[in-house]
Amino acid sequence: MELLTNQVLAGIATGAIYACMALAVVMIYQAIDHLNFAQGEMAMFSTFISWQLMQWGVPYWGAFVLTLGFSFAGGILIERLLFKPLAKAPILTNVAGFIALYAIINSVAGLIWDFTIKQYPTPFGSSPFLGSQLISTHQAGMIGVTVLLLIALYFFFQFTRAGLAMRAAASVPESARLVGVNTSWMIALGWGMAAAIGSIAGMMIAPVVFLEPNMMLGVLIYGFAAAVLGGLTSPFGAVIGGFLVGIFENLVGTYIPGVGNELKLPIALALIVTVLVVKPAGLFGRPIVKRV
Amino acid sequence: MSAVQEAVTDAPAVEAIPKRALTLGSGTSLVMLALLIAAPLFVKNFIIFQMTMLLVYGLAVLALNILTGGSGQFSLGQSAFYAVGAYTSAILMEHVGMNYALTLPIAGLVCFVFGFLFGQPALRLSGVYLALATFALATAMPQLLKLGYFEHWTGGVQGLVVTKPDAPFGLPVSQDMWLYYFTLVITIAIYFFSVNLLRSRSGRAFMAIRDNEIAASAMGINVALYKTLAFGVSAGITGVAGGLGAITVQFVAPDGYTITLAISLFLGMVVGGVGWLPGSIVGSAFIIFVPNIAEGISKGLSGAVFGIILFLVIFLVPHGARQGALIAQHLIGKLKKR
Repeated sequence: MELLTNQVLAGIATGAIYACMALAVVMIYQAIDHLNFAQGEMAMFSTFISWQLMQWGVPYWGAFVLTLGFSFAGGILIERLLFKPLAKAPILTNVAGFIALYAIINSVAGLIWDFTIKQYPTPFGSSPFLGSQLISTHQAGMIGVTVLLLIALYFFFQFTRAGLAMRAAASVPESARLVGVNTSWMIALGWGMAAAIGSIAGMMIAPVVFLEPNMMLGVLIYGFAAAVLGGLTSPFGAVIGGFLVGIFENLVGTYIPGVGNELKLPIALALIVTVLVVKPAGLFGRPIVKRV
Repeated sequence: MSAVQEAVTDAPAVEAIPKRALTLGSGTSLVMLALLIAAPLFVKNFIIFQMTMLLVYGLAVLALNILTGGSGQFSLGQSAFYAVGAYTSAILMEHVGMNYALTLPIAGLVCFVFGFLFGQPALRLSGVYLALATFALATAMPQLLKLGYFEHWTGGVQGLVVTKPDAPFGLPVSQDMWLYYFTLVITIAIYFFSVNLLRSRSGRAFMAIRDNEIAASAMGINVALYKTLAFGVSAGITGVAGGLGAITVQFVAPDGYTITLAISLFLGMVVGGVGWLPGSIVGSAFIIFVPNIAEGISKGLSGAVFGIILFLVIFLVPHGARQGALIAQHLIGKLKKR
């Protein structure tokens, strides 16, 4: 029993990483209606920027805020330059564009900062949290940041004009345009916000997985899985999904014999697919109702 | 009003293509065929090897095209079917000692069944959910192949070495050239099969499901059957391609069939034009040659160069090679009028 509790706790700690990333995924999904494969690389690049700023002597929180601003602007810039021209192109062409962006960012980051692993500081310290060996203060801090982010997003979407306009633009673009919402800029805003949230995720994750150009590959896959499991339309679902995926992953690794590190991912994914077969819109997503 | 309209046009991932536009004109086809037959006579063995791979990947892209372009189902799991085909051929050749040509139909059949069965749970999923499910399949496959239980058959992490077949009847051609023509014949046969499949009753059912699933079921199409059938056919063709690929490369190993392969095939389909079968060969050329070209331009930034080339292509022709072909046709038409 103690093993189980410990593994669940450890799962929650890793789950916080996925939850953070899943929030960014849901954000972009709300704005553009598909998944952005380059999301992880964008977050990785932002994290490198903050690392570089700190190397130049900027204090942690200063670098944090500067990186947020940079990522927000960068996200908008990418949308305006690269994806606005593709707005009328088929969806699959857009997906190819995401893959291209992925390749570009990954290779540029590798050239600037090379592929060696770098230490990344944490603002919360890394001593055991409340005497537990399984969760460090950094991981507890990360969970706290994720929850704060979730609350902020909830208020943004529920109680601000911009949030309302974004929801309108995503669900019924034509009607939104008729009541004066600039839907094209709402998409750009969505990209900016997703990039900013991604950069927070990156800066929280980097102390755990260490900083290097490929650090986000695995995290992004679990983040996608978490977002899909929780329901792509629900930020709350994404966070819960993130924790669940973390717990799944740990329990599978502990209780199923012969499962090495490499089989963890396929088994976790298979479990998620099983859940989706039973509940196709995810645990907390709104089922899509089609009118004929 | 708008809600009703949206439901009717409910954006299929692929826009409808008129039936006749599925293929090239007969003149262009003959020129292409002549080029494919004549080209190996004038080049070195390594280039013949690359051309064989061009055909093999062309087949795999074609298979994805039937699934996505034909029936509107997205898949990132093609590398898994490719791997199953490759391993089926390799195991039959090396452990059972079967003739290489005979292993291909078996590889196709095994993959057809596998794809058909995988299509069953996938029925309940669509869009990104289906993408995730197929993605799970693609990431699981290399790990499954490495498992200790199958090591006797699959060779584990090391994989299997496949012997390259000689030309039969003592024909005076090199192994590479024989393999190329062998692959070419199979490719052409499968191409004709696919074109005719999409023109048949089943093909029209695929496209009806792609364009509007609800309307298709209202017209009496067995949606579940045709969706799984599309998965099966696509997997079967991919399996044959995998088998051919294994014979050509003379080697199978789990790490050759990762998600990267599935993503490449997807890019090949987009570059070739989704739903346009002749484009498959163009897409295949893109995924084989462009990474090498990018590497040639800059070693350190090869990924970025590849990304930029890909962006240029999708900016110029968002609908892939099909759009390029249409533009060319238009220009030729203008020249003829003069």
